[in-house]
Amino acid sequence: MKEDTEPKQTSPPTLHKTPLYLGLFFMALLLTGIAIGEPNRVMEQAWQICLSCIGIG
Amino acid sequence: MEFIRKWVQIIAGFLMNGYWLFPWTRNIYQGPLKVICAPGLNCYSCPAATTSCPIGSLQHLLGGIRLALASGQYFFGWYVVGSLGLLGGFFGRMICGWACPFGFFQELLHKIPSPKFSIPRILRYLKFAILLFFVILLPLLAVDEFGIGNPWFCKYICPAGTIEAGIPLLLLQPSLRETIGFLFFSKLVILTAFTLWAIVASRPFCRVACPLGAFYALFSRVRAIKLRLDEHKCTNCNACHQVCPMEVKFNESPDDSECISCLACMNQACKFDAISLEFCGLPLTGRRDKRLTAADRIS
Repeated sequence: MKEDTEPKQTSPPTLHKTPLYLGLFFMALLLTGIAIGEPNRVMEQAWQICLSCIGIG
Repeated sequence: MEFIRKWVQIIAGFLMNGYWLFPWTRNIYQGPLKVICAPGLNCYSCPAATTSCPIGSLQHLLGGIRLALASGQYFFGWYVVGSLGLLGGFFGRMICGWACPFGFFQELLHKIPSPKFSIPRILRYLKFAILLFFVILLPLLAVDEFGIGNPWFCKYICPAGTIEAGIPLLLLQPSLRETIGFLFFSKLVILTAFTLWAIVASRPFCRVACPLGAFYALFSRVRAIKLRLDEHKCTNCNACHQVCPMEVKFNESPDDSECISCLACMNQACKFDAISLEFCGLPLTGRRDKRLTAADRIS
């Protein structure tokens, strides 16, 4: 009956490192893309209206 | 918190669509901000768009991979996938709930008084198929005689492109109206279907068809910022089921890939402090150490 009136012990929070490793991995991908000039290609595409992409033409 | 979330959605929407000179220029924004990939689904052919659509950019890069390789450029989508992965690894589908203009649009539609219906859970898997086939495989493999692939998702499905770019551009540039045909009308049908569906069901496009949501959903178990369930405090009263816009049964699947971390369950439903926000496993929200009595638990 004592268990009903007192909260159970919870384990102390621990740092999860997986998101940090994932962040490092994707940061490396991002920097690779920047190093080979991919952002310029992305920007060139985004500057143009792709009519067929939006169902026109 | 819901008030704050609404304002974050509005501000994010304006930041991604902050080019308000388009009625005079009658063209889209062509400035340097377009190098940034928008966190949410936001068409970069929208006249007001200031950023790039990550899904559109990825399809274009994959579709043009042969030409890029032929010219010695190794454009495999590193930059776009890196940007999306960073966002996904930290926020996951929290972006859908807080920073996606099309998600916000659906939330507003759902406020229209009408009978409300649920969406069958099986349909959630369709968006992963759309991500795999329409965003990755078809642009990569179905190429024309020049070796260029089409942006299949943008071209044949994306309702955000129709409402944000297709319709406004037809209004701004009357000469384009002569060029519309079956493709545009088929996309209008898709837009209309999702618009009507969003009135009677919560966020149908996010849950059924959004490839960006599918990508972020891949991080649901490992993302840095997520909701945490304290099983010792949870009474399985199922109050969290009632408020969730994504119909997540949080107490049964706290790492559900559909959770957009809107915090409705934490702030509006749970009376027992069983739900909290964490960053890499460390609590972000102060947990009130409320000692619950048996009577509280039963009530």
